Amino acid sequence: MNTINDRSKILKEFVPANDDDMIICRCEEITKGEIRRAVHDGMFTLTEIRRYLRTGMGLCQGQTCSKLVRGIVARELGVSPAELEPATSRAPMRPTEMRVLGKEVR
Amino acid sequence: MGNRCADVIVIGGGIIGNAAAYYLAKRGCSVIVLEKSDHLGDGGSSRNGGGVRQSGRDKRELPLAMYGIKNLWPTLSEELETDVEYCQDGNLRLGKTEEHMKILSGLAENAQSCGLDVRMISGEEVRDICPYLSDEVIGASWCPTDGHANPMLATLGFYKKARELGVRFITGEEVTAIRKIRGKARQVITKENVYEGENIILAAGLKSREIADTVGVDIPMQPALLECLVTEAEPEMFGQMLGTAEADFYGHQTKHGSFVFGGSSNFEGFNKDNGTPVNSSITASCICRGIMKYFPSLSDAKIVRTWAGWMDLCADKVPVISKMEEVPGLILACGFSGHGFGIAPAVGEQLSEMVVDGSTALDLTALRYDRFQAKI
Repeated sequence: MNTINDRSKILKEFVPANDDDMIICRCEEITKGEIRRAVHDGMFTLTEIRRYLRTGMGLCQGQTCSKLVRGIVARELGVSPAELEPATSRAPMRPTEMRVLGKEVR
Repeated sequence: MGNRCADVIVIGGGIIGNAAAYYLAKRGCSVIVLEKSDHLGDGGSSRNGGGVRQSGRDKRELPLAMYGIKNLWPTLSEELETDVEYCQDGNLRLGKTEEHMKILSGLAENAQSCGLDVRMISGEEVRDICPYLSDEVIGASWCPTDGHANPMLATLGFYKKARELGVRFITGEEVTAIRKIRGKARQVITKENVYEGENIILAAGLKSREIADTVGVDIPMQPALLECLVTEAEPEMFGQMLGTAEADFYGHQTKHGSFVFGGSSNFEGFNKDNGTPVNSSITASCICRGIMKYFPSLSDAKIVRTWAGWMDLCADKVPVISKMEEVPGLILACGFSGHGFGIAPAVGEQLSEMVVDGSTALDLTALRYDRFQAKI
């Protein structure tokens, strides 16, 4: 955690790819191209990508796409996927109706 | 590692630091932004309700809010080439009892005396504006020029544009001290490096207190926990920013459909995990109960996420935005007390004027660092 990361690092030039319109985050309908573009806009961490694009912010909270997003970002940055910290998981574990969540007292 | 000298070193990569960096770069300054966290905007900048409000504000910071809403927010998305989801559909501050209405009238009169269009309206008028509100609401204060935006996108949008303009951002770089050279603040010491600048802007949220202490200045502020919850995307219902006289919840519906509501359980001051902003187990449920009284139709909306953050609560609940006579070269911008987001673009622009022109277009003397006086 908290390793020095100079955001002026020069990345390889952004080259459009044939599969850029493939949907990666299904809940929020975010494509591979949008994720790759975001890295070139300076979003170097999975947390920043999530806040910038909403990947993993929908109903499944990233349980489906987070691995895929990690792979795409790592490739764009030229680092190993293992070097990228996952974004924080947040309660509740499953989507819960307000009338249910609000019922913990009488 | 490259050059560690710049015209301006900004400590803190939140929305205040990023906005200042952007406006400074636009004026031709070289800027380095140092951020302790691995992520830009990881503190209050990504952990707030997104209000872009003038109503309900202290008179001392109202000019910043009014200036920003008139001059900067309307074109911010174009300027940053990032959709910051700015929505100017007004702010309703709701009341359910006569006592509430008294509180709201007081706030409204205060703002009217500063030239803000905010007025008291009846329960029927409230439901004309937002038909989903229950009959429990008997009135509100209404400010039609208020609104909301997406804090994460605004923060990262400033970062993206500033970076394009050549600002150097370094994350994971924790500042430990500011060092004076020949009576002037000049060096910024981090755990691993030393940076040097003609000017230093300290916008590090709560950490600003410790860092300012290294040049002998103390700003009285402390952490206060804030908790929010987010629903799944719902069909578009209303665009207003909402608050309540009782402060039991506040929030809005975002562009993609989720509602973001903040609130409290009254146990915030006794958070178990002191030092980490984590949700307590009771607050989200409490916020839900509060919301359902105002919006019965939201009782089936699903909560997908909760989150918490620290506010840098200043002793008198308005920020310090100020140069310091004792430490030339250092500018403070901290203690935003949980309502810094809405004024952030204006603050960033004023900070750039402070550096480049030596003075600001808006009068910020009420936000000086030396205003804190003992009561007797």
